[in-house]
Amino acid sequence: MARQRKSKRRQQLEAMVLAPIDWLEERSGLVGAVKYFLFRRVPAESNWFHTLGSATLTAFLVQLVTGVILAMYYKPDPESAYSSIQTITNDLTLGWLVRGMHRWGASVFIILLFLHMGRVFLFGAYKYPRELNWLVGVILLTLALAEGLTGYLLPWDQTAYWATVVAININANAPIVGPFLGDFLRGGAEIGGDTLARFYSLHMLVIPGGLIGLITLHLYLVIRLGVTEPPWTRAAAGYEFVEDGRGPVRRGLVEPRPRGNGSIGTPVRDEVRP
Amino acid sequence: MADELERPGEEPVEPEAEPHLPSPTIWPFAFAGGVALLLVGLIINWILAAIGAVLVLVFGFLWIREATREIRRVPAPVSTEPAVSELAVVEEEEEEPERYPRSVFLEMSTLGVGALIGGIVTVPALGFMIAPAFVDQEYGEVDLGPLANFPQNEWVTATFQSNRAEPGNVSKRTAFIRNNGVADGVPSMTIISNRCAHMGCPTQPGGLLQKPNEVQTDSGTVTLRVTQGLSGFTCPCHGGAYDNEGNRTAGPPVRALDRYEFLIREGNLVLGKPYSVGKVIGEGAKAKIEAYRLADPGQHVDGPEKVFYPPKFWIP
Repeated sequence: MARQRKSKRRQQLEAMVLAPIDWLEERSGLVGAVKYFLFRRVPAESNWFHTLGSATLTAFLVQLVTGVILAMYYKPDPESAYSSIQTITNDLTLGWLVRGMHRWGASVFIILLFLHMGRVFLFGAYKYPRELNWLVGVILLTLALAEGLTGYLLPWDQTAYWATVVAININANAPIVGPFLGDFLRGGAEIGGDTLARFYSLHMLVIPGGLIGLITLHLYLVIRLGVTEPPWTRAAAGYEFVEDGRGPVRRGLVEPRPRGNGSIGTPVRDEVRP
Repeated sequence: MADELERPGEEPVEPEAEPHLPSPTIWPFAFAGGVALLLVGLIINWILAAIGAVLVLVFGFLWIREATREIRRVPAPVSTEPAVSELAVVEEEEEEPERYPRSVFLEMSTLGVGALIGGIVTVPALGFMIAPAFVDQEYGEVDLGPLANFPQNEWVTATFQSNRAEPGNVSKRTAFIRNNGVADGVPSMTIISNRCAHMGCPTQPGGLLQKPNEVQTDSGTVTLRVTQGLSGFTCPCHGGAYDNEGNRTAGPPVRALDRYEFLIREGNLVLGKPYSVGKVIGEGAKAKIEAYRLADPGQHVDGPEKVFYPPKFWIP
């Protein structure tokens, strides 16, 4: 605990730097909230697989930023959609990069989503009390796939057109709701300018809004319930190290993961020594 | 629960700490099996479908009973006596005249007015969004030019704009036309749409396309190509194949190719509304066409599967 005494000058400097942050914290509590979010307790044996969720979030943020930039140059009408994409790709400075990030980032987003889902499944992280978060994740997955479907039409080339004809007709084949779904997606009986405008609106307003809202709920639940231990840990198997020096204590196997900010520290019941 | 969060060190209250998990059950598997059997049965055999439906009902009931056991056990038989007395007490308390404080009234009226405003704003907007699914879709007539361009018993592949309001080639469509001559004093034409009945890709004619003949009509430029030695139509997307009457011969399509109504006005061939076809028996002018209202590609118009695509009865 030998802490070096700071010089007066240094203390002044620190106070000066921290003053705006203290000002913000005193009036909003935001600094504390961010700290609470970032510096949570996580299981000691959490590993790289646990980063797949935040990787997916990062991929989504990349899509969000590049999509906003593309929307400044893209023109969603049948006359100029294709040529505006050509302009973005060939004429604008770094347009090819932004479009490429959005185009390939879409695949990265979906792949990461599935990897994240696989991690959650294999780690058993969907179990009580986290079932609701799994359900939110399933809705997020379908929304992400819908983003892929609606975004595919926007280049308005032959591939986009015919792939969307087939995709809409697949939707139109759903029992009972199919005929309504098909007309809703096309905005009429035939694919045309209305379809393009409709898909553009869905792609950049409706579905991203849903995604942002549900991601917020998803993160809230992660913070509230904490992170699951990997299945190979003693904690996941129901063991808990206790302070009395007699070694690990086994809890009931169906006992829930402790709730709250962090995942260790629930009291031990039904002591069974292995 | 909140207490547990705030004071993690303390012993949790016993019933609160129990995980709210349904007991392990096998019924969902049997339920899923029933659903699968029901769906397969709808295609193959009604008896299988009936057995599947029975399985779904029985195991669905068992599953729900299993899953709700914990909830339904709440009024346990142990607490019968005190429950009665408590009820009595509650009833006595309710004997007093009910009171509606002003705060409750204001709360309710604020929420109510908020919901009303929200509804007034949201409902028309949502209706506007989904309207295309519920209204009649109109098809304009397309003028294909003088009848003389369609020689008797020859196939002509015609390319035209179905809707001139759409810019570019968005509404470009193709039809395969054969003039069957006059049957019973009425001109007979076979006019088959090239939209594949599987997923809507453009089918191609299996024949020799002659030099295009461009005709200017009221519906813009129409391109006519005489097609010799036609032997059916095939689709490039998923391999659907049709014979000369549009009947499916191979691949995934579920019905025959769509056709167009037609009329002859001032010597010109004019396309009318498109319609869907279950199948065609016979050929040319003597063909018997099972016509249905136009359906999207891939939707069944006949057979048992048509129950999945009920017609929109409010549209004439």
